[in-house]
Amino acid sequence: MRLKRKDILTIEDLAKDEIELILSTAQSFKEVSEREIKKVPTLRGRTIINLFYEASTRTRTSFEIAAKRMSADAINISASSSSVAKGETLKDTAKNLEAMNPDCIVLRHPSSGAPQVLAGFIKCSVINAGDGSHEHPSQALLDLLTVKEKLGRIDGLKIVIVGDISHSRVARSNIYGFTKLGAEVSVVAPPTMMPSGIASMGCNVKNRIEDAITDADVIMMLRIQLERHKVPLFPTVREYSRLFGLDRKKLGKAKKDIVILHPGPINRGVEIASDIADAPYSLILDQVKNGVAVRMALFYLLLGGSRE
Amino acid sequence: MNRILIKGGRVIDPVSGIDGLFDVYVFGGKIAAVKPSIPPGSPLEKGGVGDLDDWTIIDATGLIVCPGFIDMHTHLREPGYEYKETIKTGAMAAAAGGFTSIACMANTNPVNDNASVTRYILKKAVEEGVVNVFPVGAISKGLKGETLAEIGDLKEAGCVAVSDDGRPMMNTGLMRLAMEYAGLFNLLVISHCEDMAISAEGVMNEGFTATRLGLKGIPNAAEDIMVARDIALAELTGAKLHIAHVSTKGSVELIRRAKDNGIRISAEVTPHHFTLKDEAVIGYNTNAKMNPPLRSQSDVDALKQGLKDGTIDVIATDHAPQDIVEKEIEFDKAANGIIGLETALSLSLMLVSDNIITLPDLVKKLSANPAKLLGLDNKGALKVGADADVTIIDLNKEWIVDSRELKSKSRNTPFDGWRMKGRAVKTIVGGKVVYEG
Amino acid sequence: MNTKNIMDAKGIERALTRIAHEIIEKNKGAEGMVILGIPTRGAYIAKRLKDILKSIEGVDLPVGAVDATLYRDDIGMKQEQPILKETDIPVSIDNRKIIIVDDVLFTGRTIRAAMNVIMDFGRPSSIQLAVLIDRGHKELPIRPDYIGKNVPTSMQEEVRVHLQEIDGIDEVVVEAE
Repeated sequence: MRLKRKDILTIEDLAKDEIELILSTAQSFKEVSEREIKKVPTLRGRTIINLFYEASTRTRTSFEIAAKRMSADAINISASSSSVAKGETLKDTAKNLEAMNPDCIVLRHPSSGAPQVLAGFIKCSVINAGDGSHEHPSQALLDLLTVKEKLGRIDGLKIVIVGDISHSRVARSNIYGFTKLGAEVSVVAPPTMMPSGIASMGCNVKNRIEDAITDADVIMMLRIQLERHKVPLFPTVREYSRLFGLDRKKLGKAKKDIVILHPGPINRGVEIASDIADAPYSLILDQVKNGVAVRMALFYLLLGGSRE
Repeated sequence: MNRILIKGGRVIDPVSGIDGLFDVYVFGGKIAAVKPSIPPGSPLEKGGVGDLDDWTIIDATGLIVCPGFIDMHTHLREPGYEYKETIKTGAMAAAAGGFTSIACMANTNPVNDNASVTRYILKKAVEEGVVNVFPVGAISKGLKGETLAEIGDLKEAGCVAVSDDGRPMMNTGLMRLAMEYAGLFNLLVISHCEDMAISAEGVMNEGFTATRLGLKGIPNAAEDIMVARDIALAELTGAKLHIAHVSTKGSVELIRRAKDNGIRISAEVTPHHFTLKDEAVIGYNTNAKMNPPLRSQSDVDALKQGLKDGTIDVIATDHAPQDIVEKEIEFDKAANGIIGLETALSLSLMLVSDNIITLPDLVKKLSANPAKLLGLDNKGALKVGADADVTIIDLNKEWIVDSRELKSKSRNTPFDGWRMKGRAVKTIVGGKVVYEG
Repeated sequence: MNTKNIMDAKGIERALTRIAHEIIEKNKGAEGMVILGIPTRGAYIAKRLKDILKSIEGVDLPVGAVDATLYRDDIGMKQEQPILKETDIPVSIDNRKIIIVDDVLFTGRTIRAAMNVIMDFGRPSSIQLAVLIDRGHKELPIRPDYIGKNVPTSMQEEVRVHLQEIDGIDEVVVEAE
């Protein structure tokens, strides 16, 4: 099994065996990050551009570390410092970057579909580092790796995703990722945050966290992104937290060995109670660690083959 | 004097109830005769037969001859956005699509909200346009939805209807005033029905496809609510209301019921709304981005039913040229709209081949009905004395849409590469052949 | 295809036993050694060597695996990316004697890459190389310290080592078109 694609744009596009290849490759890369010299020469001379149209310290840093551990040259371009602020179109930016002959562009963009648009303009690889409310494939891959590592399998697990499903690219990528590997996914949100037709993606739709949590193996709490809502989609943070936040009381209804994921950065006391975020069954820091490994795997699999 | 004899075609004129093999004789820019057989040189009019060399004989054997098509919903972009389309290029595109008259919307820059802009458009149209151009005036000053434009002046200057198209009229109070005031001039009020409080940041039809693509949806309710509001206002004011680009099942049902209740309401649908579904957006195809958005299969089915049972009176293009820099970008930032003048007829003929409507019915929705709504008394029919606006169609002509070869200045069509059957092969405006395919 | 069996289970066992004795002899014992096999088959051979050394010398040497894939010099030149295998270096290798173990020595490029991996893990006092088969055609100045069998081959031939652990049989064959 080899990965034979130029770009990683969505989990929806990936076949089950492609996802499994990425996960097993990432598993191998975890060891590299534990070496004293956390660097391998594999991608020497390759140039990776992190083109970020949205601020994201966590994801950008993770991609940057991954690139550097592979010995690639990583260049960060953020919207505020670039010609984007001067009104250059994505196509022009892409063409200008391409003229510098990079091997891969990692794109974070507030518009859904922007990575696909970019990939259509240029010859080098494109990795989607999160586009609008569409997908965030590397996040889903690291979530899959984290769960697989902790619970030994994905197939047959029950996954619950709670939060603003409407605006969440993490939710979309994870619904596709977990269902492709045989898990059963339920999404939980108030109706104001539940997008139309989401069940057709192959997940269960629930409005109450209590209804979903009882037989769940994994619960993933999404960050409430107040900055994304022009009009608040719930009355108050207090009420959201009371109805949809994960706390000890709600967790009391769950299986004892449930594990908790959160894509971060967390709003302590909003979608997740502080003591739960720090509890041993919280895998939040494992997710971060696996993020680097997954991104190394993506670079390796996309750039490790020949350019022809 | 220019004389044209169109011989041997199947003449379809729904107004006269004609559908059969006739010859059509054109003299002095008017229809001079429609008879089973007119030999060249027949002394048919006061001017005499003239010099036979002046006679243009068009052999229409095997072709359809019908009243020139009227597109009551075109965006010409001039003045202000000449890089997208000019009156000249838009008129050429119209002629190539079989349209002999087009009504152009007011959202130019400056907005057509006063007589001087109307006069400018008409002057340019006479100088450069190969088809008849009928301006639609703005309802509100600057399309701002705050105060009425000078609708009386607009009418006198030549506007055939009023509309804030492109900008939904959110101000219900002003919409009522507009309907009342337009009634004074018996002007049609064309409404772009969209409740922006619901459509908000939406960029495509709400539903699974939007959810899958992570794009914000516009629910059918955004249109339905405003159609219902405008029907209530039409009932209140007695105005002539026309619903532009109907896209939803709910709208069709509301309009049908309003007609049953005797309300003066008419409606149009665009070829793209009855041809495409919201799945056309997949791949972030900005040439499938328009407002109202492409809808679901059940909406498409309802639109076709509405065309069939007469709920929908008119097929109009909503021809909306956009430059490539406004389309070749992120989907949510891309401009709305597609060009439609040159593909409308072929797409509409699919309704005939699918037995949704008859060919005479299609001709009526493209000519007589819009002429009547816009008060164009001498158009939309092939009766003696009418303006000699004639469209000749070859139903069997197969062609492939190549956006680079279209006459429009813009290329934003989702039908690029489509195989089509049936096309206008001659367009005659005021007795002059302006397009030959 | 023409297949020639050049070593059977007994032959492999004898060769490894001889290599174990040579290692002890050359290093005057086995103290302080770390045995690192190159996956996949080199890693199994490394484990076998460790067992033989234990039975001879009574010392339990640390054994691990060193995957050289990420250090290969042909990354990006082949159509497809090579599959990653495990690297597991169980102890600090500073000032230790390293025995790299592989099944077949061919161009020497894998051994070069493996040495670079090891150097990034620390500073061993020495690195020695043990291979079951040396088939010739080296492209780098690399010479094994311990050889199970020298097998002169042509470039058209393939040398395949099969091991009980994954192949279900112990044998070495030469395949020719």
